[in-house]
Amino acid sequence: MTEAAEKILPRIEIDPKRCKGCSICVDFCPTNVLEMKGALATVVKLEACTRCDLCDLRCPDFAIRVFD
Amino acid sequence: MAEGAAVKKKQKVNVPFDYDKYLRKGKLPHIWCPGCGHGIVLKSLLRAIDKVGLDKSSICMASGIGCSSRTPGYVDFNTLHSLHGRAIAFATGVKLAKPEMNILVTIGDGDALAIGGNHFIHACRRNIDMTVIIYSNAIYGMTGGQVSPTTPEGAMSTTSPHGNMEPAFDACAVAEASGASFVARSTAYHMQELEKVLTAAIEHKGMSVVEVLDSCPVYYGRQNKYKSASHMMEEIEKKGTVSGAQAKNLSEEEIGDRFVRGILKQDKDGVEYCDAYDNLIAKVQVKK
Amino acid sequence: MAAERVKKLMQGNEACAEGALYAGCEFYAGYPITPSTEIGEILSYKLPLIGGKFIQMEDEIGGMAATIGGSLAGKKSLTATSGPGLSLKQECIGFAAMAEVPCVIINVMRGGPSTGYPTGPSQSDIMATKWGTHGDTPVIAVTPSYVPEIFTETVRAFNLAEKYRTPVFVLFDEIIGHMREVVTIPHPGELEVIDRAKTDVENKEDYLPYDNRFEIPPLAPFGEGYRYHVTGLNHDEDGFPTNDSKKIDAGNRKILAKIENNKEDIWSCEEVDTEDAEVLVFAFGSSARSASFAVREARKQGIKAGLLRPLTIWPFPDEPLRKAASKAKVVIVPELNLGQTVLEVERTLPGVKVEGLHRVDGEPITPAEILEVIDKYK
Repeated sequence: MTEAAEKILPRIEIDPKRCKGCSICVDFCPTNVLEMKGALATVVKLEACTRCDLCDLRCPDFAIRVFD
Repeated sequence: MAEGAAVKKKQKVNVPFDYDKYLRKGKLPHIWCPGCGHGIVLKSLLRAIDKVGLDKSSICMASGIGCSSRTPGYVDFNTLHSLHGRAIAFATGVKLAKPEMNILVTIGDGDALAIGGNHFIHACRRNIDMTVIIYSNAIYGMTGGQVSPTTPEGAMSTTSPHGNMEPAFDACAVAEASGASFVARSTAYHMQELEKVLTAAIEHKGMSVVEVLDSCPVYYGRQNKYKSASHMMEEIEKKGTVSGAQAKNLSEEEIGDRFVRGILKQDKDGVEYCDAYDNLIAKVQVKK
Repeated sequence: MAAERVKKLMQGNEACAEGALYAGCEFYAGYPITPSTEIGEILSYKLPLIGGKFIQMEDEIGGMAATIGGSLAGKKSLTATSGPGLSLKQECIGFAAMAEVPCVIINVMRGGPSTGYPTGPSQSDIMATKWGTHGDTPVIAVTPSYVPEIFTETVRAFNLAEKYRTPVFVLFDEIIGHMREVVTIPHPGELEVIDRAKTDVENKEDYLPYDNRFEIPPLAPFGEGYRYHVTGLNHDEDGFPTNDSKKIDAGNRKILAKIENNKEDIWSCEEVDTEDAEVLVFAFGSSARSASFAVREARKQGIKAGLLRPLTIWPFPDEPLRKAASKAKVVIVPELNLGQTVLEVERTLPGVKVEGLHRVDGEPITPAEILEVIDKYK
């Protein structure tokens, strides 16, 4: 049960129409969940996400959101 | 449909803030450049509005001209994109004519302190109830990177190509000296602190001025050798500032040229202008 | 039986303030400037008595900006100024025209250019009123000549502003602004007072501030749930900026067309002996007072003289002028400037002799001076 709960990963939504590729979310993610793929922020290490929300809070473009 | 989704989300632990209920969604993506801090400021402001619980129809958001002044176009309030420097004067008219409205003014450093400086200091003096949010990025962005009243001495811009020879304004000091009853400073980098400061500013009755240091990576950053938006946030907003709590334990020399963040002044006893006017009406009508 | 109307000896500027109150003005924002200052002074006293608001702003620009703000909040709004203040207000006046925000601007004209002659009369802001702000801007301007007429024309200016959703000027010169004459105050309801049209949209979300279904779309006040956008940029019918060249063109034409298409409703002229006039005088403001006297004297001498006195100078009353000048050998245009309205008269009457009579020495044009010109054509 505890193990199963731990495995629930958040869902990080990135809206490609809104993301302008500034890389602020990538640069300030404390656990390196995100990476730039060209001009678009992309999730590369979801399991490391601590749901701190910094990516959402600092995204100037309303483009990234973290759901449980 | 949107409501159903919200109900479903409520059961979750981490529910991202629903900005959409305040946005004119069809107008996004916004015009701001990649890495521009204005979007971060707007998001903090929307969270603050939500926290205070303002009714959208009661809000008048006024702006002048410039990048930050495009903010009202994206939000679902009564919005007034006025003229360069004049936002506070337009807003004064709206507020005095309809004091029940909640006034937010979103303007840049040039708008507030250069072309609109006179309206700024006099609105502070009157202590009229509005929240003026200065998106302070030390540059004229809309016109392509000219020197502004908050550009640091020595900084490069297209009209200070040999380095800025003029001293900069301290927007908060100007506001305090002019009589604003609430004065605060934060940054886009410190977006959670900014949200708290904006919440307090909106809740405060009287003239509230919040200077928000944010970054223009395209026009200020490139001319002043910053590598990226994040680099600017790190250097200018994080390292270039110190919180009010930290500042208390530091000498002036230790603070140096760093800006102090947080609520710098809050005077709850001052009489607000529209209240004073209502008192005047009551008085003269009795006399009549 | 209705109560006697109150008769009062009033200064022109006072009649203006009283006319504004009669029209339902509840908001004034301005900055003191000679020779219009009394208007603000009187309203600073009277507006709070009726629950209205007066604010002395930090400068002329702020006065105009706050006036527009007050109007957007739903109040009939006024500012008053004079030449240098008019120059400063121009950008905001263009905004009001572009964003279609009703408001009234009183300009008590003094000598110019620049600070000029603050305590002397002038009629030199006619072109500044029409062309002072940049762009092709719709303009309505009314020009009373007598103190009682300042009262009624101020009421009419508010009516035109609210009806056509546009800034309206009341232009009068320092002489009439500071002159005292008897004004008979009309009873409430005696003069027509027009209020802003209200939107009839059922869902507030459907409200369009520049709804193309209307020539003059109803303007909903801020704070009543309509939540629309106002900008000085070229905009679409929803109020948001547009880059669509067709919409930019249509919007620019629309704000001019609403005035052009309704000129006959906006025009107001007084005609004295124009039917058979061979010598026509075209004069407004204080110059028209002298002209009226001169024309009467000329008739006594057997000269077929007539007077056309426009109470609306913008849009220019070209059709009334053509009609009044149908038998004219000459049109004389006395005005306190070095030739402004005379240009419009010439444009309107190609082939007709037009003679200007101009003074810019801070003194009014006298009946004798006008009569002297009339006499040349007897």
